[in-house]
Amino acid sequence: MKQFLTNSREGFLALVVVVMFFAIGLIAKNFVTISNAVSIFNDTSILIILALGQMLVIITRCIDLSVAANVAFTGMLVAMTNNAYPELSVVVLIALALGVGALLGAINGVFVWLLKVPSIVITLGTMSVYRGMTFLISDGNWINSHQMSEAFIDFPRALVFGMPVLGWLAIIFILAAYLLLRFSEWGRNFYSAGGNPTAAFYSGVNVGKVQFYSFLVSGTLSGLCGYLWVSRFAVAYVDVANGFELQVVAACVIGGVSILGGLGSVFGVVMGALFIGVVNNALPVIGVSPFWQMAISGAVIIAAVIANSRSGKNKGRIILRDRSQAQPPVAAK
Amino acid sequence: MTTNTITKKSRVPDFLPVGKLNKFVRWESFLVIILFGVCVLNSFLSPYFLDPWNLSDATFNFTEKALIALPMALLIIAREIDISVAAIIALSSTIMGLIAAQGAPLYLVVVTGVIVGGMCGLCNGLLVTRFNIPSIVVTIGTMSLFRGISYIILGDEVLKDYPDGFDFLGQGYVYWVVSFEFLTFIVFALVFYWLLHKSIFGRRTFAIGNNPDAAYYSGISVNRHKLILFVLVGLMSGVAAVLLTSRLGSTRPSIAMGWELSIITMVVLGGVSILGGSGTIGGVVLAVILMGMVTFGMGLVNIPGIVMTIIVGLMLMFVVSLPVLISMYKAKRQR
Repeated sequence: MKQFLTNSREGFLALVVVVMFFAIGLIAKNFVTISNAVSIFNDTSILIILALGQMLVIITRCIDLSVAANVAFTGMLVAMTNNAYPELSVVVLIALALGVGALLGAINGVFVWLLKVPSIVITLGTMSVYRGMTFLISDGNWINSHQMSEAFIDFPRALVFGMPVLGWLAIIFILAAYLLLRFSEWGRNFYSAGGNPTAAFYSGVNVGKVQFYSFLVSGTLSGLCGYLWVSRFAVAYVDVANGFELQVVAACVIGGVSILGGLGSVFGVVMGALFIGVVNNALPVIGVSPFWQMAISGAVIIAAVIANSRSGKNKGRIILRDRSQAQPPVAAK
Repeated sequence: MTTNTITKKSRVPDFLPVGKLNKFVRWESFLVIILFGVCVLNSFLSPYFLDPWNLSDATFNFTEKALIALPMALLIIAREIDISVAAIIALSSTIMGLIAAQGAPLYLVVVTGVIVGGMCGLCNGLLVTRFNIPSIVVTIGTMSLFRGISYIILGDEVLKDYPDGFDFLGQGYVYWVVSFEFLTFIVFALVFYWLLHKSIFGRRTFAIGNNPDAAYYSGISVNRHKLILFVLVGLMSGVAAVLLTSRLGSTRPSIAMGWELSIITMVVLGGVSILGGSGTIGGVVLAVILMGMVTFGMGLVNIPGIVMTIIVGLMLMFVVSLPVLISMYKAKRQR
């Protein structure tokens, strides 16, 4: 146990998150309670779900910057559908969100898989295209809570064993991601495609296709989060989740996912997301202006990647040339 | 589009012997044709397009971005990227506003703006070269850090006390319709043209972009070269910050939000390979003017700005996939 906490990055990060939680409790009374812990987890759920999708993408040596725009578009679409057909059941709307999100993710994936275009450029492009499409379908209008049906808003808030459905969804996805990445061939392929594309190619893994799947999953989860975001905050507008993609990438990087691919664990990503969640929730409580939030997450990302670069020095090196045609995101040396 | 820009592996220098006709079959000529088409279309759409003052007004919307696109082209050719440039503008503009509010003279405000930019670039460069971290991660981090610092300093306040004469930099005209901003851009475009295409520094940039290991073994100090490139990008972001702050006459932490996307689009649209190793300053300049004219034309026919972002995004996606599509088509035809 002691070795786990001090030697592994994830364990150390978990320790930091817990210590931080209790340290803030020393300054602010009533911070360290079970209900507050649950509410922080619930607040961070959307970030956790998106970060799990992003993790797959980064593990396969890509990056998906279009997640936040995907959230905004799907959220707006679902909210408008709900406004136009209030009698439609939430299940249908969730299916719609998943489908649209998957489609948007698949567009990224096709470009990366079949056209072999660097993912950073394609997702920078789709980021602005999806955001612009959100404006086009909504005409810049807001959908406010009174235009949404009760079932639509209530679904993520419904309490199950004292925690809202939103939090349970995050737990389900965490478990699913853990099981899939750990025990299924489909999940292991993400690691092999990202860790050593040449070896993966020679052992029969279609690297491009695996990358496509990662974008598909990331898009699908973004679509779901689009619905969750809009119903949780009970408002949909064009700038929903603006800039959130950076927090999602930050959660992954802090959680120890290597941007060079092939490395990363579900537990680490969850801890990375919780780290951001605890900081965001704690700042107002300890009387620090929320304007500090951005600089803190920036500093933490930099610290995390420096720590990563140090700890990765003893790992093996790829000496063969990459023959699978899978290009790293921006050309790592 | 010639073969030598498509397949990077087979590409030796830019001076491969080609036929006279082939000299014109290149990305830049394609851009010129599109630019010409856009201008003709614009002048049909609106009678006000060809007015020199209108055209001069249109240049204000892209010159600051274009100033950063120039060194960014060099950086991307050398296989690195900097997405913190817009955040550098925010930080540099904030610091300028602070010292101007203390009553600093004009030259000090300008110099500070540029130097703050350079320091930010140095910070990026040191992180990338000393710790061997991919530049995209570093600059995602510094992007939040730099803009975050200006949020900490300013919060929701605005700075707008600047010394006399500061407004000339972003709003003044040097001669007739030629604005100071546009003149600055022309001068820097020439400087960067010389730097990339005529100097040893430029040759080294291409060498690093085509094969960093070979460049290293040929005695190029790759890390130092990259560090200089990051500082250059920072300095030019500082220059852009001076001009933008002067043009807007105020500073908020949210200044220049999202500019990194359009700057990278300009560079890629200009024919610079995102994988590094090839590209020209001429192409970047053409792409800059093309994007400026498209924006301006859409403004003339009252198309909202956000539709423009869709078009910019689609353009970016199209332009990066085009070489692949062409080579796929060629491979198919050969079979």
